[in-house]
Amino acid sequence: MRALDLDYMLGLVPVILGYVPLTLFMAVAGMGFALILASLLAVERVAKIPVLDWFVVLFISFFRGTPLLVQLFLFYFGLPQVLSFLTQIDGVTAAIMGLTLHFSAYMAESIRAAIMGVDRSQWEAAQSIGMTQGQMMWRIILPQAARIAAPTLVNYFIDMIKGTSLAFTLGVTEMMGAAQKEAAGSFLYFEAFLVVAVMYWVIVEVLSQGQKRLETHLNKAFVR
Amino acid sequence: MIDISGLTKHFGGGPVLNNIDLQIADGERVVVIGPSGTGKSTLLRCLNFLDVPQAGRITIGDVTVDAAKAGKADVLALRRRTAMVFQNYALFANKTAKQNIMEALVTVQKRSKAEAGERALAVLAETGLADKADSYPAALSGGQQQRVGIGRAMALEAELMLFDEPTSALDPEWVGEVLDLMRAVAERKQTMLIVTHEMQFAREIADRVIFMDGGKIVENGAPSEIFGSPKDARLQKFLKRVEG
Ligand SMILES: Nc1ncnc2c1ncn2[C@@H]1O[C@H](COP(=O)(O)OP(=O)(O)OP(=O)(O)O)[C@@H](O)[C@H]1O
Ligand SMILES: [Mg+2]
Repeated sequence: MRALDLDYMLGLVPVILGYVPLTLFMAVAGMGFALILASLLAVERVAKIPVLDWFVVLFISFFRGTPLLVQLFLFYFGLPQVLSFLTQIDGVTAAIMGLTLHFSAYMAESIRAAIMGVDRSQWEAAQSIGMTQGQMMWRIILPQAARIAAPTLVNYFIDMIKGTSLAFTLGVTEMMGAAQKEAAGSFLYFEAFLVVAVMYWVIVEVLSQGQKRLETHLNKAFVR
Repeated sequence: MIDISGLTKHFGGGPVLNNIDLQIADGERVVVIGPSGTGKSTLLRCLNFLDVPQAGRITIGDVTVDAAKAGKADVLALRRRTAMVFQNYALFANKTAKQNIMEALVTVQKRSKAEAGERALAVLAETGLADKADSYPAALSGGQQQRVGIGRAMALEAELMLFDEPTSALDPEWVGEVLDLMRAVAERKQTMLIVTHEMQFAREIADRVIFMDGGKIVENGAPSEIFGSPKDARLQKFLKRVEG
C-alpha cells in the first residue's frame, strides 16, 4: 500500500474543472433534444397513428434494448462507412446524437405513462369545451404529465450526465477523457479517477437538491 | 332548437341507445330520469361525441350532423354549441378556478386574455366564488369545484347545457348550493338537458321529464304527468323505488 498523493489530487481539480462545461454542454444539449423527441414519441404512442406507431415501437425497443456504448460506436465509427455525408461528424456531436436517441427511448415510456396518468375526465372536459386534440395535449395534458414525469426525467438527466463520460471513447476530451490523459502521464490512476469520480458525485448531488425544489414548485397547484 | 332523431349507440354488444328521437325547444329545461345503466349518460355523451354514436341525426342550433358520417369539423361544431357539467367536476387540475373558466374562451372562442379574464370573474361572481378565483381545484370543496364546473360551462354561452348527475358525487352538505346555482342558470332561459336522481329538484325545475329504460325513451311529458300520473309500469316501479 502507498499513501494517496493529495497534492497531486488538489492540483488536478482545477484541470478537470475546466472540462465540466463540455460535460454539462453535452448533457444539457442531449437532454433538450431527448425531451423534444421523447414527447413526440410519447404523444404518438398515445395517439397510435397507424404504420408510424409500428416504427416508434421498433425505435423504442432498439434503443432500450442495446447498450449506449454500442450505439455510440455504431454512430461514430459505423454509420460514416455507410452514409458518406456523416464523415465530418465530430465526437461531441456523435455523443449528443447517441445520448439523445438512447435516452429519448426511455423517456418516451415515462412520458407516455405520465400522459395516461392524467385523469380521464380531464381529457373529456377538454374535448367537451371544443378544444382540438393539439390544444388539449399542449395546454391540459402535457403540463400535468410533466409534473408526474418530472422526478423520473431528472433521474434520466443524472444518468445522462454520467453517460457523457462514454464520449471519451469517441476521442472527446471531457472530464473522463482529461482524467485518463492525466493519469497516463503521472501513472497515478487511483488519484486521477478518484478526483473525477468525486466531481461527478458533487455535480449529481447539486442536481438532486435542484430536483427537490423543482418537485415542490411543480406540486404547488396540487396541495391544499 | 335541438332535434335528435334515430340516435343509436352500441358498445360492441346490444344497443345502449335504441333509435332515440327527442326535440328540445329553446330555453326548455328537460330532465332525464331512469334506472342505472339505461343509457342516460350515453345520451348526453353522444350529443357532444364523447361517445360516438353509430347512427342518427343531431341538430343543435345551426348545425346538423349525421352521426354515420361525422368528421372532425362536425364534432368540433357540436362541441362548440354544447357545454357539459360532469359528475366528478373534471376541473383542469393545473389551472386555477379563474383559468378553468377562461380556458375555452381564449383557446376555443379566441377572445383576448383580458376580455376572457373579465368574463371569468363575472361568472365566478355569479357562482358565489369571486374570492376563490386564484384557488386551484385541489384547494376547493366538492361543492365549490362543481360550482366552478358549472361556471366553466356557463361562460361558454352554449346553445345547450348538458348536466350528467352534477350532484351525485357530492357530500350531502354541498348538494344544496349546487342545485341553487343550477336554478340560477335556469332563470336565464338557458336550454338545459339534465340527468339527475334528485326527484324533488326535477319536479321543480323541469319543463319536461323524460323517463328512459333499456336505451329507449319510455315516457316523455310534463313533470305533473310523469310524477303525478305515470302510465308505464316500469316508470311506476321506478318512482316507487326512488321516492320510497
Ligand atoms: N365505454 C363503454 N364501454 C362499454 N359499455 C359501456 C360504456 N359506457 C357505457 N356502457 C354501457 O352502456 C350502458 C348505459 O350506460 P350509461 O352510463 O349511459 O347508463 P346511465 O343511465 O347513465 O346509468 P347511471 O344511472 O348508473 O349513470 C350500461 O350498460 C353500460 O355498462
Ligand atoms: Mg350515468
